[in-house]
Amino acid sequence: MDNLYRENILDHYKNPRNFGKLQNPSASLKLYNSACGDEIEMQIQFRIHPPAGGSKFIIDDIRFSGQGCAISIASASMLTEKVKGKTIEKIQNLTTKDILKMLGVSLSPSRLKCAILPLEVLQKTAALAKEKENKV
Amino acid sequence: MFDTIKIQKDFPILKRKIHGLRLVYLDNAATTQKPKQVIKALVDFYSKHNANIHRGIHTLAEEATKMHEEARGKIAGFIHAATPREIIFVRNCTEAINLVVYSWGRKFLQRHDEVILSESEHHSNLVPWQFLVAELGIKLKFIPVTNEGLLDLKVYGKLLTQRTKMVSVVHISNVLGTVNPVEKIGEMAHKAGALFMIDAAQSLPRMPIDVQKINCDFLAASGHKMLGPTGIGFLYGKEKLLEAMPPFLGGGDMIREVYLDHSLWNGLPYKFEAGTPNIADAVAFGAAIDYLENLGLSNIFLHEKKLTEYALKKLLAMPEVTVYGPKTAEKRTGVISFSIRDIHPHDVAQILDREGIAIRSGFHCAMPLHQKLKLPATCRASFYIYNTEEDVDQLIEGIKKAIKTFKI
Repeated sequence: MDNLYRENILDHYKNPRNFGKLQNPSASLKLYNSACGDEIEMQIQFRIHPPAGGSKFIIDDIRFSGQGCAISIASASMLTEKVKGKTIEKIQNLTTKDILKMLGVSLSPSRLKCAILPLEVLQKTAALAKEKENKV
Repeated sequence: MFDTIKIQKDFPILKRKIHGLRLVYLDNAATTQKPKQVIKALVDFYSKHNANIHRGIHTLAEEATKMHEEARGKIAGFIHAATPREIIFVRNCTEAINLVVYSWGRKFLQRHDEVILSESEHHSNLVPWQFLVAELGIKLKFIPVTNEGLLDLKVYGKLLTQRTKMVSVVHISNVLGTVNPVEKIGEMAHKAGALFMIDAAQSLPRMPIDVQKINCDFLAASGHKMLGPTGIGFLYGKEKLLEAMPPFLGGGDMIREVYLDHSLWNGLPYKFEAGTPNIADAVAFGAAIDYLENLGLSNIFLHEKKLTEYALKKLLAMPEVTVYGPKTAEKRTGVISFSIRDIHPHDVAQILDREGIAIRSGFHCAMPLHQKLKLPATCRASFYIYNTEEDVDQLIEGIKKAIKTFKI
């Protein structure tokens, strides 16, 4: 806890990366944490690789928006940086452990929810994007 | 004289260190701490008197039954009910309101009937009524809150119609600490021919309440917010109304005669208390009432009022802090919700915890009020009998530390 509010977390909180909206997202989703009022929206745009008839979905661009505590905003900001250029499969395989490693802090159970919300939103957004693509 | 230092000595938990520091407990609107007298009542019951009630002939059963009913009597006296038969033991305030909704509401309400609530209700006095909207097609109307968080009685007067069957409002807001004028609200409800219920979860712990003087038809409260254990609360209802209502839950204790195809109900209050009740916690709740009566509810009210005034003055002097609700202690007590510019309440609560200070952060189970007043999630400090000006000073120091950590 002593290092919970260290420089890099506060930096991501005050200057979140990839914050805003995409022009034409492949999919977007907003989720709430009703206990604390956090709200995180993720938007992703992916490309298919290889371009002609490929089977890999790669995150081409990503934005997030919403409001939350330092932990949830920093987690969302770092996560968007981490997943750009990665495949959707890789994103679906990310776990709580990966998020804690990314943040570099240990959290109490109640704060864990704040840290995990962005991943949950991202994974659901990615699933939504894939579902949409398969329907076309 | 209100001797806070002496009171503190009665609360074993206040000796606990949090992260090596003195515990400053400011989350009393969520639940209060328990004095040793209440803890002792619990231990004594299980050590010396434990038995099931209303059935055994043996000594322990007689003792346990007597103690359980004595606790009921204490509650009846505490709120000036006409008879202990008007006190129904339940788990908490939420269950008390649900009892009225399910028992009274289902029997006496029909399509297009109206129930008036307010915009500052705790979810417990809103969600159960929404069930009846879906089930029976009743209509809910809401007394609006002003920007200051006070109920707009002018609009309330216009909401009342011939179809209004019930008005149910919170006495003290668990978010803003505003004290609603329940006598006036009830009088207007009765004039329109409606019943009147009070959610007293926050008011019963901190001000004298006389149900006959207020003339409310129902009143709901929780023991754990007033020094008692968790898992015990009560519903007060006027005897005539309770008599006319069908049982809430079926089972043992609530019946007089049972046949395979039908049963006859027990009399009050047992008709509403199916199954073995929470005997030990009811007895300990009685001990909590003794403790509060000994201090005097008027004294408690005054103590919290002074503390609220002191805290408001300090918080309002900080440019980074926004305080919600009335800016003076005149129309509020006990609870202060606030936010710090650019710091999320969770982060404030976490930094304060490191200083040994316990506050609540979030929506405090009153999401509609937050939406109406366009409040974000907020920080909430709430006081009780053991809190002092020193606690408030420590809160202020903690807030300064949060501001420093976030460099705003």
